[in-house]
Amino acid sequence: MAVDTHKTPPADTPPDSALQRQIAGLDALELAGATTRGRALRIWSSAWPKLGAIVLGLLVWQAVVWSGWKEPWVLPGPADVFPELWKRIEDGSLAESTATTMQRAVVGFAVSVAIGTLIGAAVARVRVLRAAFGSLITGLQTLPSIVWLPFAVLLFNISESAILFVVVLGAAPSIANGLISGVDYIPPILQRAGRVMGLRGLNMYRHLILPATLPAFVSGLKQGWAFAWRSLMAGELIVNFGRKSLGAQLGTDRDVNDAAGLIATMIVILVIGILVDVAFGAADRSLRRRWGLDGS
Amino acid sequence: MSQALQAAPGRTAAAVRLDGVSKAFGSGAGALLALDNVSLDVRPGEFVCLLGASGCGKSTLLNLVADLDRPSAGTIDTGGARVALMFQEPALFPWLTVTGNLELALKMRGVPRSERRGRAADLLTSVHLDGFAKKRPHQLSGGMRQRVALARALALTVDEKDPDTGTVLLMDEPFGALDAMTRDLLHDEIERIWRERGLTVLFVTHNVREAVRLGDRVVLLSSRPGRVVEEFPVPMERPRRIDSTEVATLAGTITDRLREEVGRHGR
Repeated sequence: MAVDTHKTPPADTPPDSALQRQIAGLDALELAGATTRGRALRIWSSAWPKLGAIVLGLLVWQAVVWSGWKEPWVLPGPADVFPELWKRIEDGSLAESTATTMQRAVVGFAVSVAIGTLIGAAVARVRVLRAAFGSLITGLQTLPSIVWLPFAVLLFNISESAILFVVVLGAAPSIANGLISGVDYIPPILQRAGRVMGLRGLNMYRHLILPATLPAFVSGLKQGWAFAWRSLMAGELIVNFGRKSLGAQLGTDRDVNDAAGLIATMIVILVIGILVDVAFGAADRSLRRRWGLDGS
Repeated sequence: MSQALQAAPGRTAAAVRLDGVSKAFGSGAGALLALDNVSLDVRPGEFVCLLGASGCGKSTLLNLVADLDRPSAGTIDTGGARVALMFQEPALFPWLTVTGNLELALKMRGVPRSERRGRAADLLTSVHLDGFAKKRPHQLSGGMRQRVALARALALTVDEKDPDTGTVLLMDEPFGALDAMTRDLLHDEIERIWRERGLTVLFVTHNVREAVRLGDRVVLLSSRPGRVVEEFPVPMERPRRIDSTEVATLAGTITDRLREEVGRHGR
């Protein structure tokens, strides 16, 4: 560390090297006490309650089956459902329907992101659009997307487009809203700092508005995904034109009274939903942790 | 700045010259006059403290000098100097590392990419923060963040195209949110950096002792609207201690004058 000694230190205040030492000491004192736990311990401490919850859920399920509340062919227990699930994994039928469903989910979500981002950006930055469409977007968010289904079928018949339509209408408003609230809550002091630095126009977007909006945008994506997944399941269940998918499988299993298969499919749908949500949640949290937004 | 006023012959050129500056917000009967006919010359290399109670338009004044806003009347001339502004909050970008914040400022001042990392490291050394380049702002203490903000302000005084123009550092209560211990150390820091870099500093505060501790001159502003009430040269030799008798005596005089000014609003 280079110490500035070429000036004679004045009598009354600490010389620069002493000043430097005092400042370093204060820094060390203020930063002390921030310890982080090991990674393995962190993962374990967040994993065991979840494992416990799964075990508890299975136990309750089994207990209800054992109580004889419903006939076993209406409500089979885990011992019937998991072998059925394994059978479907082995014969490839689960992979086929999951592939169709995930393909629709990815396409639908991608279109939702594109449309939601465009609309969100326009509404956030243009005052007239905000006044015109701001509350409409919030309203659309609360409208269950299954309400759109009959209309979608009228517009597009029983087709892929009908499913895509409800998925996009389910997800895009949340994504747009995430972006809008992100832009709204950029701290004014950062905008002032940006202007002092000379950020204007495109630079302002690139170096300030886009990054500052990111956490709210990711939260919007997470919520948008949840809505997209719900809408997709509703769409696949109702708009069934013979292509195998997870939602269509639910209908098929009910039609042939295959309760074990039905519950197996539900478990798959639940697990996929949870996994994607966890992925978004992890992205969200790592962003907030890196930015120091998590209050630590 | 708009039209650069030529310094009249026989007068020393000022680094910052405010001439009859007024600023009103709004218009008509509801207009609020924030600054009223403020004239002030700051010599190159001078450390001037602006002192006033709430509503004296301190922040408005700095915004005008930093060209973030336009005066309603009067002229402001900074002679083409580069102006950096530092706030009470560090206002660092949380998505960038410490060095990233400094490099963005350097980029906006036209420093080529290859030099930014090294220049940022030099700036960090000058605020005694070597080794913290890769940290995020939230990982630092309040005082350290404010030093990064100071380094960023210093980065903004850089001009690649014209390295010889003057530099003006505007500080808006920069240490107001810090504890007394940290603030005292930062007084020593800012004084050292000001001396080493030959900066012109316009420092806004409501802390009278701080103003006397740091300023070559303390300019007292009235409130609603802001006007220059009186100027106090600070004759004591540097470096001063904030708890010395001389500082306390002058601070007492200025405080009396400030209270008198504030009292006029009590009726």
